[in-house]
Amino acid sequence: MYQASDLRKGLKIEIDNEPYVITDFDFCKPGKGQALYRCKLKNMVTGTTMDKTFRSVDKIDKPDLEQRDMIYSYKEATHYVFMDAETYEQVLVPANVLGDTQHFLKPDAECAILFYRDKPIDVDLPVFVEFKIAKTEPGVRGDTATNVTKPAQLENGYELQVPIFLNEGDRIKVDTRTGEYSERVSKA
Amino acid sequence: MSVKPESLNRLYQLKSRLQARHKLTACIRDFFSARDFLEVDTPVRIAAPALEDHIDAEPSGTMFLRTSPELHMKRLLAAGYPRLFQLGPCFRAGEKGRRHLSEFTMLEWYRAHEDYQSILRDTVDLVKRAAHALCGSHALSCRSVTINVAQEWEALTVDQAFERYAGSSVDAAVAENRFEEILVDSVEPHLGRTRPTVLFDFPSQLGSLARTKPDNHRRVERWELYIAGVELANAYNELTDAGEQEHRFIESAALRRRTGRGVYPLDNEYMACLRGGHLPECSGIALGVDRLLMILTDAESIADVVPFTEA
Repeated sequence: MYQASDLRKGLKIEIDNEPYVITDFDFCKPGKGQALYRCKLKNMVTGTTMDKTFRSVDKIDKPDLEQRDMIYSYKEATHYVFMDAETYEQVLVPANVLGDTQHFLKPDAECAILFYRDKPIDVDLPVFVEFKIAKTEPGVRGDTATNVTKPAQLENGYELQVPIFLNEGDRIKVDTRTGEYSERVSKA
Repeated sequence: MSVKPESLNRLYQLKSRLQARHKLTACIRDFFSARDFLEVDTPVRIAAPALEDHIDAEPSGTMFLRTSPELHMKRLLAAGYPRLFQLGPCFRAGEKGRRHLSEFTMLEWYRAHEDYQSILRDTVDLVKRAAHALCGSHALSCRSVTINVAQEWEALTVDQAFERYAGSSVDAAVAENRFEEILVDSVEPHLGRTRPTVLFDFPSQLGSLARTKPDNHRRVERWELYIAGVELANAYNELTDAGEQEHRFIESAALRRRTGRGVYPLDNEYMACLRGGHLPECSGIALGVDRLLMILTDAESIADVVPFTEA
């Protein structure tokens, strides 16, 4: 159990059998009164947010969370299959847990999977993943400005904006946190 | 020479705020000297912090760091000094937030044989003078509102404020243990928006060392100053009744014991002053200097007006 005085931004807590992360925190205490611990909370499964105020006497549950490093193997219908490199144990992660980041999963990617009560609830991908540009208009020679962009489609069908000097067949790095172009790795 | 670390750059960026702090403390000292107050320094490390329900002292060896200089200053009043002030550090365990530091600077002043209306007149004059010294004007720009500290200050009772801004009764809020929550969420944001607001007559549960109102035992003679929604100062007519004070200390000790928090020894010297009838009728105030500086320099967080805060 946590005491109210343990609360701080980033701490993960449990309320009514749901895990939450504290996204904003303030201690406040009107003169001579009780302390209030005001939190903005984000549900770690559904992503919904709420405000909650705790008092000094409150005890707060710790969520049963575990993070494990796992390797992505393959996709199976509506699930992604990951494997523990040491135990070879396989884990099925529903596509909705990955959300938009599923576009950036490549076989053998090393990911960190967060489990709540042994159920996967979040997958951290490598921050940068390399892809080949499958389709885009021919590059403008000599223009190396990165702030002028055009649409492009990656080998896996994902569409994003890239600088106009890139060509089909170029390999680029994508930032999996934002889904945006990061840099060119090699030319076609 | 190596590149200056970020921490040193931050300290230098605080220059205008540190200069403002210097101006403010100089202004406070001038103000009280001109009014014939005696500046005193009482111990920072003390044996017996006042027992209050929700204020926790930081232990220091076998003693404690003071949560306020109140009891020592009142012993000086009991000895016969009529007007006293003190500017110095106070410590409260576990208090850290946008408006709280566990070590902060408090200004306290006391007047013997005068009530909290005299203290209020001091406060009005001091705030006007400080605003003029730091901002060159009585109109403060703070948190995107303009507050004129020279306009007549708004006076509201806590009951009026709860009814007006929260549509609820103070006694019901206290009974449901929601007083603080409603005050902070629904009332405070409306206080001191165009001119300072003084909130009077707090419920006796938050009475601390204040005298009970003669015509209403559920309220105490205590007021708080708000500017731009920020609580700046707490004043009261001091409780001089030894029996009542002892009763409150014992109740507070019992509550602290029940909730698993530290209980401090009774300050016997202070209790002896009360029992002997030596403490005159008097009034006093505690004003958060860092918070006043936040308002005068439009700082978002209290950490922005002090050079060093603990991690």
